[in-house]
Amino acid sequence: MVEHEDEQSDDENHEPTSFLTKYVWSQDHKVIAVQYSLTAIAIGLVALVLSWLMRMQLGFPGALEFIDEDAYYQYATMHGMIMVIYLLTAIFLGGFGNYLIPLMVGARDMVFPYLNMLSYWVYLLAVIVLTASFFVPGGPTGAGWTLYPPQSILQGTPGYEWGIILMLTSLVIFIVAFTMGGLNYVTTILQARARGMTLMRMPLTVWGIFIATFMGLLAFPALFVSGVMLLLDRVIGTSFFVPEIISLGDPLAYGGGSPLLFQHLFWFFGHPEVYIVALPAFGIVSDLLSVHARKNIFGYRMMVWALLAIGVLSFIVWAHHMYVSGMDPAFGFFFAITTLIIAVPTAIKVYNWVLTLWRADIHMTVPMLFSLSFILTFVFGGLTGLFLGNVVVDVPLSDTYFVVAHFHMVMGVAPIMIVFGAIYHWYPKITGRMLHGAMGQIHFWVTFLGTYAIYFPMHYLGFVGVPRRYYSYDEIDFIPESAHDLNAAITVAALIVGAAQLLFLYNVFWSLRKGEKAPANPWKATSLEWQTPQTPPAHGNWGKELPVVHRWAYDYSVPGAEEDYLPQNMPRQPFEKSGAHDPHDDKPVTDLQESDK
Amino acid sequence: MVFAIVLVLLVIITVLFTFFSPWWFTPLASNWGSIDDALIITFAITGFVFVAVTLFMALAIFKFHHKEGRKAAFEPENKKLENWLIAVTSLGIVGMLAPGLVVWADYVNPPSNAAIFETVGQQWSWNFRLPGKDGKLGRAAVQFVNYDNPLGVDPNDPVGQDDLIIEGGEMHLPIDQPVKVYLRSLDVLHDFYVPQFRAKMDMVPGMVTFFWFTPTRTGEFEILCAELCGIGHSQMRGIVIVEQVEEYQTWLSEQVTFAEMMPPTEEAESGDATVGESNVAGEGTDG
Repeated sequence: MVEHEDEQSDDENHEPTSFLTKYVWSQDHKVIAVQYSLTAIAIGLVALVLSWLMRMQLGFPGALEFIDEDAYYQYATMHGMIMVIYLLTAIFLGGFGNYLIPLMVGARDMVFPYLNMLSYWVYLLAVIVLTASFFVPGGPTGAGWTLYPPQSILQGTPGYEWGIILMLTSLVIFIVAFTMGGLNYVTTILQARARGMTLMRMPLTVWGIFIATFMGLLAFPALFVSGVMLLLDRVIGTSFFVPEIISLGDPLAYGGGSPLLFQHLFWFFGHPEVYIVALPAFGIVSDLLSVHARKNIFGYRMMVWALLAIGVLSFIVWAHHMYVSGMDPAFGFFFAITTLIIAVPTAIKVYNWVLTLWRADIHMTVPMLFSLSFILTFVFGGLTGLFLGNVVVDVPLSDTYFVVAHFHMVMGVAPIMIVFGAIYHWYPKITGRMLHGAMGQIHFWVTFLGTYAIYFPMHYLGFVGVPRRYYSYDEIDFIPESAHDLNAAITVAALIVGAAQLLFLYNVFWSLRKGEKAPANPWKATSLEWQTPQTPPAHGNWGKELPVVHRWAYDYSVPGAEEDYLPQNMPRQPFEKSGAHDPHDDKPVTDLQESDK
Repeated sequence: MVFAIVLVLLVIITVLFTFFSPWWFTPLASNWGSIDDALIITFAITGFVFVAVTLFMALAIFKFHHKEGRKAAFEPENKKLENWLIAVTSLGIVGMLAPGLVVWADYVNPPSNAAIFETVGQQWSWNFRLPGKDGKLGRAAVQFVNYDNPLGVDPNDPVGQDDLIIEGGEMHLPIDQPVKVYLRSLDVLHDFYVPQFRAKMDMVPGMVTFFWFTPTRTGEFEILCAELCGIGHSQMRGIVIVEQVEEYQTWLSEQVTFAEMMPPTEEAESGDATVGESNVAGEGTDG
């Protein structure tokens, strides 16, 4: 079943030999993926610490004296931006996208390896510029991660001197990096698939990453232009987003700009961004569930169409972030309808995940635990999204802790669960070692129960009406004393959950040396990345000959088969009735050879 | 197995917490009970889905966790089931959306008998303006703002002369009188937020936004800012006092008009101020 070519690098592989070209200036997608992931995790740790500090101020106001208003808003802003852009977007696309796309579609590498390398180094530059803002006079920007003008570029907001300039510059650089990577991922998926790997045979992981990348290529330009325009407003005094105003008593030279224009541009990017993070997670969880439940993903074709539908619809829902922004309220009707329609394809995905579990053979491995907990948190966060999408229901809840709880559940906890699940799942392929199981179990339970303890009760603070982005809740009459106690409890939970992540990091580094040696295919999975001749895969991935694909990625527990999985590169077996092995594409592989290289 | 039990426990805790925790809506003080109702409908439908999906998952894990000799079924898809699920989901969506949109239509259409007032936000305080006897607010713009004219009322607009300027962050409203609020900001984004009224709206520099409500309960209610507006955001407070009409009239009679506030020499200065592109903020309204 596995291609038994040996590992000699043929001439076309151009395998790098020096340490520098192999691990630093590497053009190998697998090395770049690890570089992307480690950088994302490193900057994510900064954001984690910032969240601790914020929670300390909220739970135990004044306990840490160095947290003043400036610091609090700076922590909140940097935490949000780092988590959404520099951690989640980078790790799903730059990390998992890079590692998995060529291996899952049966390619030797990305189609533009040099561009791929450049993408990482430009991303690193964006992270460095962002980090530099902690060290400039005035510190990083405290404008909130949405960076709404005029506030973000005016006195009265921390970091208006340099922080905001560095933030916008870093975002612009990030988008350059993303575009180089993104074009690469899309082209590779469209052009470099192995023979027999039709689009409808691709694992859903690849589909999720593919559509998310495509969306990123369409959405990030909106952030790019708004970032450049805001930079111009701040640095050379244009008035794209700033009307005639008086700032702290002084009239400013601005005039005629529109603050709402920025919000439209920001959310035209910002809403698809939610799905840019979510779709790779959707794809990965589908594959993880299928592998660890030993059952094909239920309704594969519907899953692909749902991904596409979500991708398209997510571009016409952005103003549900702006129901009370002052835009023409008539828009509320349109955006409420589109927003709730998007719940249908999303619900299909949830149904198909849980239906995959029905009559399955569920192995409760650590990746499976994370996948199952993803379903719970995603369902929770998706359903609370319906409150906020349902226009008038959003009115009392907007800018309260309900919103904070909702988006952390749906695009914080849920995708992070999948980041973890995916790392536990693919770590054996990446490193050749298994992660330590008991540590993984502890990490899972603390993270799962802890995050639920943080965000579930937080929704109820939102029902009370507690506003978000408040440095202090002193002397606000309507907030009951018990809410402060709840805040303290949430802080304790957050500190514990944060600490559990350190255990995870310890596990990752400990297992690198001391972990149990991993077999080539420890989970008995069908997709191509598990069928490489070496583990970890060598440069060029496949030895002398590329794999040939004969079936979809979900032939688990096929009736009549001895093993409960049939790898994608296994030719049709005598016990398989015509077409039964691959209900969605039963063209014999010979038909496909003509059109493939 | 353990996971299935934990899922069931989480569902139980979630339901119990909803009914028995002390944290729930702050008591309503406006006409927007319909918003609370729309929220409850949404809560009921989504809550049911959450419980159903989670329990189904728990049951699946309970029944089909790995045992020696277990083999999964091979079932790629089931068109009929998928179509049913889509239909039921769409129905649930309509069930939430329809009442929501009806209330929204109400929210964006202030009643014709609504009184009006204006609130003006700036870092980090609230000021207010009431129309005078003519029932109309005079024109206002940032360019007219100065020490004597904190809200930027156009000194040359006759409609604005009898407007009542209310500084100090305390506003009074008569009970049971629908009121349409015009919102302006002199500097950055703010949001007029009284939790007990449910309704809220952003204040955007360069434009006038609005919303409406009817206060239905007397008392003092805090105004908070619900749109991040800089380091003083959490300290930006005001007060709305809802009272009986007679008390309100007494309070009203103590307020000063714009004309009374302006020093007599103002005429000349305002001439300069009107030069340049006008940035019309507040206009007379049809009330």
